Amino acid sequence: MNLFTIAWRSIQQRALASALTGFSMALGVALVVAVLVVHNVVADSFQRNAGLGYDIIVGAKGGKLQLVLNTVYHLSTPVENIPYSLLKEFTEGQYKPYVTKAIPYCLGDQYEGQRVVATVADFLGETEYARGRRYEFASGRNFTPDGDFEGVVGALAAHRTGLKVGDTFSPTHGVRDDGQGHKHEPFKVVGILAPSGTPNDRAIFVNIEGFYLQANHAKPVEEAKDHHDAPKTEGMKHDHDHDDHEHEHEHERLPENQRELTAILLQTSTPAAGILLPNKINEGPIAQAVLPIREIRGLFDVIVEPIQMLLLALTVLIVIVSGIGIMVSIYNSMNDRRREIAVMRALGARRSTVMSIVLIESIVLSMAGGVSGWLLGHGMIALMSPMIADRTGVSLGLAPFVAWELALIPGLVLLATLAGYLPALTAYRTDVARALVASP
Amino acid sequence: MLTITDLKKSFQEPGGERLPILDVRSFHLDPGEQVALVGRSGSGKTTLLHIIAGISTPDSGKVVVDGRDITRLPEPLRDRVRAEKIGYVFQTFNLLPGFTALENVMLGMSFTQGKKDEPRARNLLERVGLAHRLKHKPTTLSVGEQQRVAVARSLANRPKLLLADEPTASVDAKHQQQIIDLIRSTCREDGVSLLLVTHASEIASQFDRVDHLEDFNTQEANAR
Repeated sequence: MNLFTIAWRSIQQRALASALTGFSMALGVALVVAVLVVHNVVADSFQRNAGLGYDIIVGAKGGKLQLVLNTVYHLSTPVENIPYSLLKEFTEGQYKPYVTKAIPYCLGDQYEGQRVVATVADFLGETEYARGRRYEFASGRNFTPDGDFEGVVGALAAHRTGLKVGDTFSPTHGVRDDGQGHKHEPFKVVGILAPSGTPNDRAIFVNIEGFYLQANHAKPVEEAKDHHDAPKTEGMKHDHDHDDHEHEHEHERLPENQRELTAILLQTSTPAAGILLPNKINEGPIAQAVLPIREIRGLFDVIVEPIQMLLLALTVLIVIVSGIGIMVSIYNSMNDRRREIAVMRALGARRSTVMSIVLIESIVLSMAGGVSGWLLGHGMIALMSPMIADRTGVSLGLAPFVAWELALIPGLVLLATLAGYLPALTAYRTDVARALVASP
Repeated sequence: MLTITDLKKSFQEPGGERLPILDVRSFHLDPGEQVALVGRSGSGKTTLLHIIAGISTPDSGKVVVDGRDITRLPEPLRDRVRAEKIGYVFQTFNLLPGFTALENVMLGMSFTQGKKDEPRARNLLERVGLAHRLKHKPTTLSVGEQQRVAVARSLANRPKLLLADEPTASVDAKHQQQIIDLIRSTCREDGVSLLLVTHASEIASQFDRVDHLEDFNTQEANAR
């Protein structure tokens, strides 16, 4: 019979107290695991997706973080608009050498609570939203530049709305699903995106040309006339009679001087351009350029990390309190066990042996609680995963593992050793002769 | 097997003064010999056994067990001598309640460096008539059965000296003789020296050698 068996028998003998102390440890560890995993996965996902493949976001002057949150993460409310003419500066004008791609981006509509993003087909085309990863289609295809009333639905948005290829949907004006916005003309779903693990899983993408033709999406004519900077491009007559389009009517696209944008997503041509271009844009009066990765990192450094550290500290405190609970439980049992310890000593056990038995007991209780807590924590994460995905678009998966969790094992052994030390010392100091003659 | 010379032991009283308990000039026990040690309650019998077992240390004197003066050994070595050479039967059995009969017998083996010999533990329990109670915990055993488990446990490590401290005091009259017979016969079979402490004259009278503590404990004699 080894010392572990002897310690285990002692735990079994005090089954209820052992179970309760182990359970309190399990709860503490579960909270630590949940905080660690959720934070790491969410932080990693936020920072990994910060640019969605774009280095700079250009939008109206105002809150930088708000621009990033509503453009990339479909959170918060959209900022003011910028003139469409600014897009030309990147595609044809003074900023052209600095960029390899400029994607127009319009927000302001939703469908059954899912944000509708009006953009160009290229946004979902060849762009890598993360290194080596492009958007893929679970069914259907991307909308075409000529398919003005075509749309593509993100994986999660499709799941929530039930939209499938071939369906039509009418976005509602306004980003909030409060039933007050008016309905727009219908778009036809031509593709459903495969899950990408990005916030775009929650969005619906429509052709920007169709978006401009919706009510209240055109800048008033008088205002457009006053805007001398805007190029007076003629609206083009557009025919929707190509093969895969069911709209047979004709309509005119919105003149560029009546167009506005929520944002422009830029891929810069060189790393230096990523530094120079924002400075140039920010010096002007019309727009601001923000580096999404920097903004998100700033958000985490200033707000999220400190809160995370506070949460972690609280949960670690809970684990420590659980450790103290184990200490109290074992220590309280020492009075009853004094005679058992004396008997073991009388049978030849050394002081260090009985001390080891108590320490092993403490470690076994902590580890059993720790492992249960680890499983409980990941179980909680699995249960919380849909809710987090719903709020942030970040899918946690079933069992995300954070390297920091490995520290739990030596951490728990250390805590258990500290917790078990006092009762172990009591066992060590047991006066065998006195304990043997005391009444049982 | 056991030689005690000029052994003195006292305890400190609450007032700070020391109360002498033992003053043994000489005591000897040969290998395989069986001795009943008789003494009145509080005469220091248990204290003497504790000192022989190395559980307590004397104020002065020598206690030689199998050729080694255990009073001069550091505690870890005393523990080792106790584990390997001395068996101990307690008045109140002192079985560990969370362990089965077999595990209680094997418990003593856990503290030696030798082999954890389960067949021997089973064999010992068979010899004390408990082959059918191996997996039973103490609370499910009768008082007599519990003391028989304790006897089997005391012999688990093949000791050379068995110390039995009032082994029948907690056993009903019906089982007392069985326990004494069991202890004496197993010691005889294994060649183990036996020092059995009792205050019951009917038990002591069965031994060839009966020593009265007050006869060789000067302190006790003085107290009288």
